[in-house]
Amino acid sequence: MDNYEFHWNVVIDALPQLLTGAFTTIHVSVLSMLLGIVIAVLLALGKMSSSKAFYFISDVWIEIARNTPALFLIYMAYFGLGAYGIHLSPYLSVLCALIFINAGYLAETFRGGFQSIPQTQYSAAKSLGMNNVKVYRYVILPQMFRRIYHPMTNQFVWSILMSSLGILVGMDELSGETQRLQSTSFRTLEFFMVAAVMYFVITKLVLFTSSLIAKKVFKGELS
Amino acid sequence: MNLFTPLSWNDTGFILTGILNTVYISVVAILVGSLLGLLVGFIRAESNKTINVAIGAFLDTLRSVPLIIQLILFTTFIGVMGYPLSPFVAGSIILSLYTMAFMSEVFRSGFDSVPESMVKAARSLGMNYLQTIRYIRIPIGARAVFPSWLGVALSVIKDSALVSVIGYMELLRTAEQLISRTQQPLMILIGVGLFYFMISYPLSRYGKYVERKMKI
Repeated sequence: MDNYEFHWNVVIDALPQLLTGAFTTIHVSVLSMLLGIVIAVLLALGKMSSSKAFYFISDVWIEIARNTPALFLIYMAYFGLGAYGIHLSPYLSVLCALIFINAGYLAETFRGGFQSIPQTQYSAAKSLGMNNVKVYRYVILPQMFRRIYHPMTNQFVWSILMSSLGILVGMDELSGETQRLQSTSFRTLEFFMVAAVMYFVITKLVLFTSSLIAKKVFKGELS
Repeated sequence: MNLFTPLSWNDTGFILTGILNTVYISVVAILVGSLLGLLVGFIRAESNKTINVAIGAFLDTLRSVPLIIQLILFTTFIGVMGYPLSPFVAGSIILSLYTMAFMSEVFRSGFDSVPESMVKAARSLGMNYLQTIRYIRIPIGARAVFPSWLGVALSVIKDSALVSVIGYMELLRTAEQLISRTQQPLMILIGVGLFYFMISYPLSRYGKYVERKMKI
């Protein structure tokens, strides 16, 4: 350690680029989460539907997403789709892989959340004269949301952390940007230390905001 | 002139090495990570708030920084310190610590799941402190956490693919090298995916089965 000198000024000069990278990281994980949720709802419906084809597609999607490494799916989107003549940019291939995985994981979360609400509540609400829309709006969905809120936060944090795999396909998010900057300055240690701190801060901010929202929305009755 | 040679049977050995390396580092990380996680989980279940906060902060850092950044930082750091390690050793250290961070939470909840009254009953039967740990708290806690333990172990097998970034020749990196030689990405990648799937899918099914059985 005695013969290593830290040179922080290079890193400080490159801070704007790192922040742009961090922004891309947040951007790609938010997008992957939003689109993932939409697809996850469809997949969860598919897992509970009586149509065989719909069930089969959802089942295959969920099991592939849950049982293969994220890096494999990113490679699949980046190199694999190229074999079909579909050439995705690094950004798009990471985004697609993350959407695919988020959808798979969230589908199981949603299904679990939905099935955890007893059928009797549905019947009870019906017998009180609520129509289908009202039953879901006032009885089923609020409870379900409470149960899936924390798993969804975790999935979001997971997406932020996993978007760092963009480094391997040359994407320009936080870790990819760090890699590019260190390769021109050779201050590997400094750059990656700053990147690690930035990831830490982003993750903590997300968790903090999430718990603030939970306190406001659920008013302490989080199951 | 043809620069690329197609995939042939001669590559079997190369792919097998990759498979073995993946299995090897996953097993090491799961074993070491579980043992360390058991120890840390036990300490956290037993100790007071101050120690808990300190250990918790360290584990939190391991969980909030991407694995890939940890791997790069660690290898660069030991290089700078003047003690370069082989990719396998460096990869196992970081992957084990990463596993430990998740396993300690699993085991801690396992220790917490054993009712206090049960431990007291064991003490009143004449067991000493160590015996209550050995015969009551670990066996009963382990039963409760087995499904989550399996879940973490499976995610470690999947995350072991990331060790390729520091130059360890695991399955995905072998695949990547074969792709750059053969230019047949689809076939090779599907093979790799199938391998991970065939390990992960049966185990995750088994975990769900155990979970369902324990609920009743």
